[in-house]
Amino acid sequence: MLKIENLHVSIKGREILKGVDLQINAGEVHAIMGPNGTGKSTLASVIAGKEGYEVTEGRIYYKGKDLLSLSIEDRAREGIFIGFQYPVEIPGVSIANFMRTALNEIREYRGLDPLNGAQFLRLMNEKQKVVELTDKLSNRSVNEGFSGGEKKRNEIFQMAMLEPTLSILDETDSGLDIDALRIVANGVNHLKTKDNATIVITHYQRLLDYIVPDVVHVLFDGKIVKSGTKELALELEKRGYDWIKEEYETAK
Amino acid sequence: MKSNTSYLQKLSQFQLQAQPDVYRPFEEVFKCQIWNLDTTTLPMLNGWYMHDQQPLTRLDNGVVFGSLRAAKDAFPDIVEKCHHAFSETEKDELTMLNESQYTDGVFIYVPDEVKVANPFQIISIVNSQDDLLVQNRHVIFLGKGAEMSLIQCDDSVRYGHTFLNIVTEVFMSERAQMHYYKTENKEKESELYNHLYVHQQGYTHFHSNTVTFNAGYIRNSIVVNLSEPFADAQLYGLYLVDKSQQCDNHIKIHHLTTDCTSKQLYKGILDDEAIAGFHGHIIVHPNAQRTAAFQTNRNILLTDKAKVNTTPFLEIYADDVQCSHGATTGQLDDEALFYLRSRGISAHNARKLLMFAFANEIINYVEIEALQDRLGDMVQRRLNGELTICDQCMLSDADNRDFVFPIDPSKI
Repeated sequence: MLKIENLHVSIKGREILKGVDLQINAGEVHAIMGPNGTGKSTLASVIAGKEGYEVTEGRIYYKGKDLLSLSIEDRAREGIFIGFQYPVEIPGVSIANFMRTALNEIREYRGLDPLNGAQFLRLMNEKQKVVELTDKLSNRSVNEGFSGGEKKRNEIFQMAMLEPTLSILDETDSGLDIDALRIVANGVNHLKTKDNATIVITHYQRLLDYIVPDVVHVLFDGKIVKSGTKELALELEKRGYDWIKEEYETAK
Repeated sequence: MKSNTSYLQKLSQFQLQAQPDVYRPFEEVFKCQIWNLDTTTLPMLNGWYMHDQQPLTRLDNGVVFGSLRAAKDAFPDIVEKCHHAFSETEKDELTMLNESQYTDGVFIYVPDEVKVANPFQIISIVNSQDDLLVQNRHVIFLGKGAEMSLIQCDDSVRYGHTFLNIVTEVFMSERAQMHYYKTENKEKESELYNHLYVHQQGYTHFHSNTVTFNAGYIRNSIVVNLSEPFADAQLYGLYLVDKSQQCDNHIKIHHLTTDCTSKQLYKGILDDEAIAGFHGHIIVHPNAQRTAAFQTNRNILLTDKAKVNTTPFLEIYADDVQCSHGATTGQLDDEALFYLRSRGISAHNARKLLMFAFANEIINYVEIEALQDRLGDMVQRRLNGELTICDQCMLSDADNRDFVFPIDPSKI
């Protein structure tokens, strides 16, 4: 589904990603771990199409298409979803208006009829339950005045609404207490099917107790330096990242 | 500010409309069609209060409303009290002109401790083939602990050249609360000068929301006297102007005594060669300790030719005060734009949503739900380019009806 080949990315001339290779298939959950500042969020931003990131080398294929040639919105319409680390507050735009616009544009792109008001509200009610958001969410402004936990739950709610094929959750666990973590993780698990895939970016193992990955990658110094099973995450939790660093330096 | 002479020269082009002697039900001219909004309508046509030989209405709870001309005879003390709440020095030349020449206006009296549930709605329609000069004066008196809302709508239904000079005086006795909503949608040949004077006693709360959708030239000026401790004034405003439209908001808040609070939040979106002005003046008088006064003006300019003149002005003569002012003029937030697009929304629609969001912040302060919904909808249509003066009235639902104007002005 997603194939990244030798991806090099710079921000303002400074190279952050220095040759990332990654392949993800339908039905899989991948975790990307690593210390701060090694390029995890950069990877998510490049896949999303954020401006200011210069791809100097390499390719990203998504469902066989050249992802980097697609606009930001077309990537979303093709089924890519990023759960952001710091979701933006947009005072004045209601979540209902936001999601309805998004959903109907995606549907139009796929040649489907737009949802009418009643259909849309039914869908919203159904998907709110996935993340246990029960209050009058629809009238609230996007992320405005939300707690850290609510923002992340709102990200997963959007994911539930848009039913993406590939979801990338960037530090979704940061700033979450244990209850919120459980709710967010349950939401993600609930949405998992054999046809979609998830990338979980985190630097703690605790989220992976709830969202069990098929593969764990360690990103260090702009490269994936180690990949393994979920046991790798446990080992990182126990031993920290220093041994990865040593192994990497030795290999170099 | 324009000089006296230019007004006088200009005003000589306009005619006054004589008082109509035959009553026509106002519903024939205009019907406000906001779903779910139940108001007590105070209709003004070409500067005259419309009534059926009954210029003043008295309700069982003591509330009186109707024509100011009639109220001057029936309640001279109240009218005088409102007229004299502000000193002459506060009044500009147009207010003085209005004072000497006004034809009629609306009078509302709410007695002590009466809370009026239904909002009052002044609907001011201009319908004339002549170049009309309209000078109205509205007087509103709230007794102690009284509460009311007022919606003041200014609309045009003809494409004539009109000059409107409207003065509204509000007197709020202690603990009174008032919500005031001003909506404006005028054709490009119109000039509208609105002056609002609010005198607040202790523990009063005044809230205003001025929404301008289209304007030839509009000037909204608001002067507030916070005259006794713990009076609070909150003024919000929104202007969406394009082409060669021009909209100015002048605000002056006098913190005359201790422990009063005020807030101003005005926002605008300007397209084409539109010009807007925001002049916010806060005066913290000597001894007005523990004043809290905040002022913000934010603008989005969509073209290089659109222009905003914003002049925040703080005059502080006390030392224990909390004051702030800020003005921004810029484009849309890139981070938010990216966030919306990352969910599949096109750049074009994302921009529209953000503009709506920017404007809707002001609409969210409208506390009458039906009005808030309607105004939100109107903002959206305005930004889509669907709302023009051809909708006749911004509040009516032009989509759902065929507008026919049934009055022949020559027969009035």
